[in-house]
Amino acid sequence: MAAPEIAALESIRQTLGDTLFYYGFSPLVKIAVLLFLGILPLITYLVLAERKILGYMQARVGPNRVGPWGILQPIADVMKLLVKEDTLPKQAVKWAFILAPCLVVGPAFIIFSVIPFGPVAKPGAMSWFITDVNTALLFVIAMATIGVYGLIIGGWSSNNKFSLMGGLRSAAQMISYEVPQGLALVGPLMLAGSMSLVKIVEAQSGPGKMWFVFPQILAFFIYFVAGVAESNRNPFDLPEAESELVAGFHTEYSGMRFALFFLGEYANMIVISAVATTLFFGGWLPPFGDTFPVLAVVPGPIWFALKVFVFLFSYIWFRGTFPRYRFDQLMDLGWKWMIPLALFNLVLTGAIKLIFFPHN
Amino acid sequence: MSQPSQPVNLSFDDSHDGLFAKGEEMELNFGPQHPSTHGVLRLKLKVDGERIIDCYPIIGYLHRGTEKLFELHPFFQNVPHTDRMDYVAAATNNLAYVGAVEKLVGLVVPPRARYIRTILCELQRISSHLLWLATHAIDIGAMTPFFYMFRERELILDLFEQYCGARLTLNCMRPGGLPHDLPVGWTDKCRELVEMFPAKFDEYEGLLTNNRIWKKRTVGIGILPPEVAIDYGVTGPMLRGSGIAWDLRKAMPYEAYGEVEFDVPVGKNCDTYDRYVVRMEEMRQANRIIAQCLTKLPEGPVMAKRPRVMKAGKDSEVYYGIEGPKGEIGFYIVGDGTPNPYRCHVRAPSFINLQSLPELAKGYLLADLVALIGTTDIVLGEVDR
Repeated sequence: MAAPEIAALESIRQTLGDTLFYYGFSPLVKIAVLLFLGILPLITYLVLAERKILGYMQARVGPNRVGPWGILQPIADVMKLLVKEDTLPKQAVKWAFILAPCLVVGPAFIIFSVIPFGPVAKPGAMSWFITDVNTALLFVIAMATIGVYGLIIGGWSSNNKFSLMGGLRSAAQMISYEVPQGLALVGPLMLAGSMSLVKIVEAQSGPGKMWFVFPQILAFFIYFVAGVAESNRNPFDLPEAESELVAGFHTEYSGMRFALFFLGEYANMIVISAVATTLFFGGWLPPFGDTFPVLAVVPGPIWFALKVFVFLFSYIWFRGTFPRYRFDQLMDLGWKWMIPLALFNLVLTGAIKLIFFPHN
Repeated sequence: MSQPSQPVNLSFDDSHDGLFAKGEEMELNFGPQHPSTHGVLRLKLKVDGERIIDCYPIIGYLHRGTEKLFELHPFFQNVPHTDRMDYVAAATNNLAYVGAVEKLVGLVVPPRARYIRTILCELQRISSHLLWLATHAIDIGAMTPFFYMFRERELILDLFEQYCGARLTLNCMRPGGLPHDLPVGWTDKCRELVEMFPAKFDEYEGLLTNNRIWKKRTVGIGILPPEVAIDYGVTGPMLRGSGIAWDLRKAMPYEAYGEVEFDVPVGKNCDTYDRYVVRMEEMRQANRIIAQCLTKLPEGPVMAKRPRVMKAGKDSEVYYGIEGPKGEIGFYIVGDGTPNPYRCHVRAPSFINLQSLPELAKGYLLADLVALIGTTDIVLGEVDR
């Protein structure tokens, strides 16, 4: 081939490559890939995993009819929810009724945009996160707070007494548990000295450093318990306590709108697990990476996923084990135990840092 | 006795939704279609936030006119009706009815039949208590025990099936004895079950008895003082949970209960937790009774000599009550000289225990209400009849 033709081909290739590079790694595409190939399938299969694991805990086998070992069950479930009639109660407040599920599921998904699934890439390669903001931790707390509006608006707009009670319960519960949760997050923040989640993970590796779960064991415990309460899971599943409030705030919801609430709950579980992994368990870092460098052969995102799965499993484990707290007992636990403990942890961390590491 | 402050108005006003209609109070319609009313119980609640101010049970959604049906059939054809009242404890219902007929007609049951009846009733007591505990636990939010208890209840139902062909509506007794003897190998299977049970009871207790949340949800909830319990006519584990050792099996032994050893557990604090402990211990004692009956099981016929058509004397009446899993189940039968009962009234323990619910629930939270419905252990088939 003649030289000009080669040059032309080369330039086309380059343009194409640039375009691919640009769009391929742009945040928009990352979000789409994360959402449709990452989070949504994960949620649907998390539901299947929950049903399977609970089944084996409870002397039964769980779903096993759709596809081999029931692995196509989530697809059948999603199809069912999509084609089901989406009823709108006559006495409901329409705009609020429609808005509520979006308010639950939206913020839960948005939080994923700041969570680092893997390390910062070398130049030219893709980083394993959508964006790294220097106030990511604040962003996570703020977004998690919005979800409660969805629950209370959904409960109120349904015009059903059971829904209203569920909405009220969830409002009280989530507000009470956000306080200790926020306070618990300050511990790792003080140790890392940054609000960027990437920086926080990086502060957990290197000589003399360790995962923050060791110095901040109390904060981790408070964070996770408050996180279980925040995502309305057993033993804190009062807003939707089916034996008391029929189905709580989503009693009147059906079809896809109900599915959105469902999606929001599971997305919240994943968010809580992912944030706990990032802040306390070294994010994408391999365990004992400094002692056994060979573990770094396994890519960071896989370590991250493994850690998240451990948390998700414990969520399911809780559900198979505990009875449900009562409303006032839950408030007692939050205000009388967890907030003082979180404050104590904060003071302790500050004092130790001030006395022993004044220059860090 | 709690009376509603106003006559029960069955239709709810649709013009407003009732929210905050009178100050802070709200009227809440709990059931009949609600996951934890154990059937079709409907409660009209007056609540302040989540606190229950007043509670008024409304029944009758499962009314089938069973007592009237008794009048339409001869004495020996009425046994299947009793199955369908407390449908999770058919054997004890059968026994109470056939016992009443035997007393009325004057039949003497052979010893082997008495022992087998005792075994069946105690198996039924365990299965009924298992179902109670399973639903009670799931009402309080513990999901897993439910499946464990159904697993064991299934084995008991298998035994029933081998004996009489039915699992739920047993129809396993006749006035004068039993329809047939035990099948070959039944006692061995029953013995295996009896030996297996103590470990299973330990497993349940391991899940619940010392569970912190379980205790928080049950200790001090729904206190029923002994004198109030007596006033309401409450019987069974509800009464014994309030510290009164009244058990018809001990007080007026029937069938083989006079010839076996067992203890009557009683509670101290009169709360939901004590009633739970009492029922757990009752299951162990029932197991003990079955083991003794299997050892002592005499040989012989299982049916007394009886007339082909049983007739009660003119103007004869009889009351016969036994200790069912839920309390004293009794039949009051009036005969008029024909083969049919002239009138049959059932003293249904669920119905009478249910009356104490408003007393129990007042002042507690909505979440406690489901625990209290669970602890009264009602079956709506028996409440409404």
